[in-house]
Amino acid sequence: MPTQLSHLAALEAESIHIIREVAAEFERPVLLFSGGKDSAVMLRLAEKAFAPARLPFPLMHVDTGHNFAEVIDYRDRRVAELGAQLVVASVQESIDAGRVVEETGPRASRNRLQTVTLLDAIAANGFDAVFGGGRRDEEKARAKERVFSFRDDFGQWDPKNQRPELWSLYNGRHRKGEHIRVFPLSNWTELDIWQYVAEDGVELPSIYYAHHRPVVARDGMWLAVTPFLTLLDGEVPEERLVRFRTVGDATCTGAVESSAATLEAIIAETAASTVTERGATRADDRISEAGMEDRKREGYF
Amino acid sequence: MELLRFATAGSVDDGKSTLIGRLLLETKQIFEDQLEAVERTSRERGFDYTNLALLTDGLRAEREQGITIDVAYRYFATPRRKFIIADTPGHTQYTRNMVTGASTADLALVLIDARKGVLEQSRRHAVIASLLQVKHLVLCVNKMDLVDHDEARFEEICAEFGDFAAKLEIDDLTFVPISALEGDNVVHHSPNMPWYEGPTLLHHLEHVYIGSDRNLIDARFPVQYVIRPMSHDHHDYRGYAGQVASGMLRPGDEIVVLPSGFTTTVAGIDTADGPVVEAFPPMSVTVRLADDLDVSRGDMLCRPNNMPDVTQDVDAMVCWFSERPLQAGATLAVKHTTRWSRARVQALPYRLDVNTLRREEGPAALAMNDIGRVSLRTANPLFVDEYRRNRTTGSFILVDEGTHETVGAGMILGTGTPS
Ligand SMILES: Nc1nc2c(ncn2[C@@H]2O[C@H](COP(=O)(O)OP(=O)(O)O)[C@@H](O)[C@H]2O)c(=O)[nH]1
Ligand SMILES: [Mg+2]
Repeated sequence: MPTQLSHLAALEAESIHIIREVAAEFERPVLLFSGGKDSAVMLRLAEKAFAPARLPFPLMHVDTGHNFAEVIDYRDRRVAELGAQLVVASVQESIDAGRVVEETGPRASRNRLQTVTLLDAIAANGFDAVFGGGRRDEEKARAKERVFSFRDDFGQWDPKNQRPELWSLYNGRHRKGEHIRVFPLSNWTELDIWQYVAEDGVELPSIYYAHHRPVVARDGMWLAVTPFLTLLDGEVPEERLVRFRTVGDATCTGAVESSAATLEAIIAETAASTVTERGATRADDRISEAGMEDRKREGYF
Repeated sequence: MELLRFATAGSVDDGKSTLIGRLLLETKQIFEDQLEAVERTSRERGFDYTNLALLTDGLRAEREQGITIDVAYRYFATPRRKFIIADTPGHTQYTRNMVTGASTADLALVLIDARKGVLEQSRRHAVIASLLQVKHLVLCVNKMDLVDHDEARFEEICAEFGDFAAKLEIDDLTFVPISALEGDNVVHHSPNMPWYEGPTLLHHLEHVYIGSDRNLIDARFPVQYVIRPMSHDHHDYRGYAGQVASGMLRPGDEIVVLPSGFTTTVAGIDTADGPVVEAFPPMSVTVRLADDLDVSRGDMLCRPNNMPDVTQDVDAMVCWFSERPLQAGATLAVKHTTRWSRARVQALPYRLDVNTLRREEGPAALAMNDIGRVSLRTANPLFVDEYRRNRTTGSFILVDEGTHETVGAGMILGTGTPS
């Protein structure tokens, strides 16, 4: 038997090590589970980390209310399979409680509001470690993020003042009220995720595979026509063969035209892709060159 | 496909960010939207050419100041290998960032500006790489386009650097003449330097042999987490989860548990994908033992005939990160493998001048970015190996008990004499 791991096996081993460190050292960890592919892989790794036992922490979904039905079905199915506990933090409830004010106009998005809902839920539940599925290859501000990323009392990230992180010795110490965001997938790329999904047989929501759906072209993306989307003047829905590369709020996650209905086809497309997944599909990331850095400083995922 | 982790080092403006941008671009890891954003910014700033460094300098402050502030991680893959790059910035807090990047690196890539030659900084990069036991060092002599692609200049720099590196513990030293800006010898051989017959940088990164760098001899398994399902299906299951630090473990192996000293055998090694017949680094597995023993997080499994030192007195080279200097008498928290302990600084025998390798005996303190020898007394025993033999059981971090910041990193030299 060779004593060299494949890159996927090495990444898996590293992620499992990270997840176990958190379970061992924190009092109340929680794993953010949106039903997207990264959180699906992260959840699968967490499942592996503690097998044959159950997950020693709950899952949390920050729910903007603008969901794809397929994703919610998938979320609930996985939760049931694992016998896990799910906390739903609702942006609608934050709006109803007056914690945030809903944006108005046809391009209104609940993306930024999620940060308040997330931070409120972390505080209300006393979570001290929050697993996120962020990857460093996704975006340039994320490339600087630590695996154990410190958040102050206000949930803020200070990119210029991060703890040095050496070897695989993670420092999760913090005061009450502060917390640590943990990114077990830090070193994975989009292609790694897809290869792992194929190799390991990770189930994903069906919207990741090519399917026909009514969409409208906006800002160079295909937005799904859903009850949450207000059509702009002149926008005419049309049926296209599409798939999603990322899954988030239905009003700001675009689909890409694709006929890739199998993992092999998706991997081939991903390997040959000339646009990043966020560039292709996330209206929220197009705000500015530093859009992600600014949102992360505020406490975003 | 194998994984290779490397760290880049160089002084400000030697061309690190440009080189990484070039590697990413030529291995097609840069996407059109990223390149467009960089081209747009370059135009807006009035640059003559696309500044590939903007691909890696991600923070607002970095882009505004044109510098790299913090270690950034980058990824690319070729059909042979997947690469993780720790891009360590060259200006302030240099040592701290390079130590961080080098701690997980298989290979260090040091850049030198061909016009400037070997600088004090270049020597420091080599010293840090060797202290951190990075086994492979590549010296990229960059900006060859600015010295007329002159072979003699390249040879001169190699000779000077080689003389210095001979004093260090570097197993494998390779020199490559490149132009990051124009792409010479990065991915493709340069028609401008026909005299260079060695591999291109990428070819070297793809082929350098790292298989023997891991310690497959000394079995060390720090227990990370105890798995007890407490379910009807797995009523009596008790497994010790962790990542193999070094050596190999197989079912049937006789093992000893530290610190208790009890011996037993490995009953089985589990993963979620089924049992395995052997475990080696960096596998994350769950070990079941033949006997019901009291084993918990922070304990270590090893072989009876090959044990780490069990000690409360640790001698180490420490790199200090904090603005508050480290002085003898200080009390800190130490994390070593899966174990935390308190530790007191007993003595600071010397400070190492990383530029000259000279030792300054009996310093009053270690200041930020200093590297020095430190004697620690820990409250609880640690199970340690020499860092040069074992990067996992030979390393630790120091954490301030008040602020919880990570303030130092240590590489163990041996067990100190109790004082
Ligand atoms: N002529 C020439 N200029 C280069 C080369 N590599 C980098 N530069 C330039 O040197 C400057 C500093 O490069 P940068 O990559 O930011 O250096 P860093 O500080 O090491 O990251 C930039 O203006 C680059 O365009 C090279 O091979 N030849
Ligand atoms: Mg730079």
